[in-house]
Amino acid sequence: MNPVENMGRMLIRFTEETGSILLLLCSTIKHLLFPPLDLRNILRQMIEIGIRSLPVVLITAIFTGMVLALQTYTGFKRFGAEALVGSVVALSMTRELGPVLTALIVAGRAGAAMAAELGTMRVTEQIDALETLATNPIKYLIVPRFISGLFMLPSLVVISDIIGIIGGYLITVGLFGASSTIYWKRTWDYLEMNDIYSGLIKAAFFGAAIALISCHRGFYTSGGAEGVGKATTGAVVLSSMTILVSDYFLSAWLFK
Amino acid sequence: MIEVIDLHKSFGSNHVLRGVNLRIEKGESVVVIGGSGSGKSVLIKNIIGLLRPDSGKVIIDGIDITVLKEKELYEVRKKFGMLFQYAALFDSMKVWENVAFALMRHKGIREEKAKEIAIEKLRMVGLVGVEDLMPSELSGGMKKRVGLARAIAHEPEILLYDEPTTGLDPIMADAINDLIIEMRNKLGVTSIAITHDMNSAYKIADRIAMLYNGVIIETGTPEEIRNTENPIVRQFITGSAQGPIKIEGVLNHA
Repeated sequence: MNPVENMGRMLIRFTEETGSILLLLCSTIKHLLFPPLDLRNILRQMIEIGIRSLPVVLITAIFTGMVLALQTYTGFKRFGAEALVGSVVALSMTRELGPVLTALIVAGRAGAAMAAELGTMRVTEQIDALETLATNPIKYLIVPRFISGLFMLPSLVVISDIIGIIGGYLITVGLFGASSTIYWKRTWDYLEMNDIYSGLIKAAFFGAAIALISCHRGFYTSGGAEGVGKATTGAVVLSSMTILVSDYFLSAWLFK
Repeated sequence: MIEVIDLHKSFGSNHVLRGVNLRIEKGESVVVIGGSGSGKSVLIKNIIGLLRPDSGKVIIDGIDITVLKEKELYEVRKKFGMLFQYAALFDSMKVWENVAFALMRHKGIREEKAKEIAIEKLRMVGLVGVEDLMPSELSGGMKKRVGLARAIAHEPEILLYDEPTTGLDPIMADAINDLIIEMRNKLGVTSIAITHDMNSAYKIADRIAMLYNGVIIETGTPEEIRNTENPIVRQFITGSAQGPIKIEGVLNHA
């Protein structure tokens, strides 16, 4: 196969998948707007995505805050700006690192789990079984995951922001012995509500994208155990790529 | 009554069903036989609307389900129960929750009551004391029984069996055959089974239809099929590697 043909093939695959994901988004929204919603399932998914991701998110957030403080403190000290560490940590966490790192973790944890679970259900005909029991699998399986992704990721990011800033505090004040008052003052001085909101908007987008992409990969799995493996890997890779690429464009749009 | 009229279905360049015609009377038990890859599963999935045909009709009690909107199709589906080849139990739920799934979702039956009904249905298929187990704790034969209990829980009029005896030992397979007969006699359901297990076909069928090359090439009572002149059907029911049916992808040194 020549390279041009190869590229064309990739382009077609990409377009097909994007279209297919958007179609899934449409039917998900359609089912979302027509109750009854499956509250029990939604709650279960919220616990799965939100509560069970919490430990990893906490560890990531605190160390990110700590390393940010460590790096900026030593760097800024060279030109006597170490008082600004609080602002750097707060702005970096809320605008960028909180949403993106949390999303990447959720993609790796919950996204992979969604793709694997739905993929297994597909190859063992459990999704067909749902259909034969007159239950729409999109409404039953995908809507709860989509809602959970949409709401739980911003919730995790709020926690991640706070913990990250505390991590920065521990290093700046605890390790370097800087003034606690100045750290908090600098944190609040330059932090605007807009920084937090736009971070949360990004998080909601990432959460919805992870759920949709991972459910899509799982839902359309074929080819047995190998297919489930591929769907899972594909879900994590595509979710992560989507997070990183869309992060740039969302940031350019939200922070202009 | 179920009527399949000139049904065609392709997957890419693979033309699987090439004009299937089949008529199943109310209360009748029809077994569709055919080799692996002959399109039996595709046929049964078209009958319950899991797949949409490229052309042709599937008429269930006077309604052509191939043109129905999603919502209407789900209404028609409530007439059906299906037993899958590997049971397809929901592995995140307990046995009784599997059986009571449709009851709780569609009939609004409360949990305690639904569990009672589930236990009753499990008893009908010969299972006692398994309601609180998870599907992963069951043997293959037990899974099929639970799958059957789930399929009959909402009292369907039509039962579909996808290879009901495949993967079971001969004794367990015969027990499943007995259950299928019992379901028809007790519940008066119409049943359609697909299988390549001839013992099972002879035992449970009022009528056997053979699917070959995407069309039904012969139908008849078990007796008629047993005495058929058709060389293709003969080869299949006697289970011979030699004859008009070529094994795909294998060299034939006949």
